[in-house]
Amino acid sequence: MSEVDLIEGFRDPVHMKALAALIKKECKSKINIMEVCGGHTHTIMKFGLSQILPELIEFVHGPGCPVCIMPKERIDHAIALASMPNTILATLGDMIRVPGSKTSLQKLRAEGKDIRSLYSPLDVIKIAQENPDKNVVFFAIGFETTTPMSAVLMQHAIENKLTNVFFHINHVTVPEAVEAIMSSGDALIDAFLGPSHVSVITGYKIYEPIAEKYHTPIVVAGFEPTDVMESVLRIVRQVNAGKSVVDNEYARAVSREGNLKAQALVNTYFEKRSHFRWRGIGDIPNSALKLRAEYAAFDAEIVFDDVLPKTELNDHKLCICGDILKGRAKPFDCKVFGKACTPTNPMGSCMVSSEGACSAYFKYGKLNLKGARA
Amino acid sequence: MCLSIPSKVVEIDENNYATVDTMGVKRKVTLDLISEEVNVGDYVLIHVGFAMNKISKEEAEDSIAAYNEIAEAMREGEISEDEGNNNYV
Ligand code: SF4
Repeated sequence: MSEVDLIEGFRDPVHMKALAALIKKECKSKINIMEVCGGHTHTIMKFGLSQILPELIEFVHGPGCPVCIMPKERIDHAIALASMPNTILATLGDMIRVPGSKTSLQKLRAEGKDIRSLYSPLDVIKIAQENPDKNVVFFAIGFETTTPMSAVLMQHAIENKLTNVFFHINHVTVPEAVEAIMSSGDALIDAFLGPSHVSVITGYKIYEPIAEKYHTPIVVAGFEPTDVMESVLRIVRQVNAGKSVVDNEYARAVSREGNLKAQALVNTYFEKRSHFRWRGIGDIPNSALKLRAEYAAFDAEIVFDDVLPKTELNDHKLCICGDILKGRAKPFDCKVFGKACTPTNPMGSCMVSSEGACSAYFKYGKLNLKGARA
Repeated sequence: MCLSIPSKVVEIDENNYATVDTMGVKRKVTLDLISEEVNVGDYVLIHVGFAMNKISKEEAEDSIAAYNEIAEAMREGEISEDEGNNNYV
């Protein structure tokens, strides 16, 4: 099988149409499906999947975008760290663009602070070696997918005896966030599309308690459009059969146990935080990680505690991200959507990254208007 | 943040780095997170400069074969393209 087949085979419009027809044939009742991961939100919007699916299937866009869920006070931490003298702040992805309470890393960089967007966390090693007289702070973000990469960076920093590398850890975990949304009791969610890459690392076993407790089918899905379509079909079939189990559509990359080597590395360096505030959701117990106490010398939150602001900051009161995450509202229902709140000037969490629900609707909205509630 | 496209391993060096090809784009990724043996020609999923896992070609082929069967059933009229549409809205 050629590489192209591995990609195109999962984007074939004929396959998508055939799966859509089968879903239409079999789907008998309304099903609200939360796609936990921002990567799935992106696929659903980009390929207009809501349009080819029956109206009985509705997607609820979940909390799985690591940039979106970062509370403003933690962005202010990054800004405070980057503002220290003799410091290089390094991070991944969209993080640089996201405004904190007063400014963003991007603006700070334009003002001359040394802030670097990385291709890989391991680039930190080279930066630290080339700048022995500077402190290099890695602002680590991401779900279970990215935590092992931070663990490997930690391992390399120790092996290379680097004393100028520090970590500000913002790694969060999926099951606790899903639990927080479901345990509120008012979420309108009947089933889940399980994340692709998180599950590659953790294995799909982590969702089993949720499927059982809340009687929700959970199908771990790949990122390609036919992956999502097939997973919806599998959900429909579970609903029809009165089942609620964890099923794995993404068998080409995900197993029940996951990547054990990655899990072991994470365990070596990280432990649970008792609490973490999620932008748009609020405080969730045990939903994030921190460095183990024995690595305190690397922990930017401990070493630079004196410069870190302590005030908690909430989003504007008009923001309804919390309801969007529970399936109780769509981005179009927000009064300021596309007006005062846009990707360049986000007022709430789901607008800050291209993987957030509001931002995806802003970009691809016209394609998906059919499925939108008025 | 997640790149879903499978990348083909074209070279592996002595530092456990692989050169991978993602739809014509070449880049280096570390194999530090992989415990199984990786060989040139294997497909891997990559994320922020790391190979996260090998991709099973057999499983991918099984999925595509299943899609072909459904598409075939649609062509033969066993599933109508408009079936059920608007029946329950
Ligand atoms: S449009 Fe902006 S303010 Fe409204 S819910 Fe979305 S992120 Fe919040």
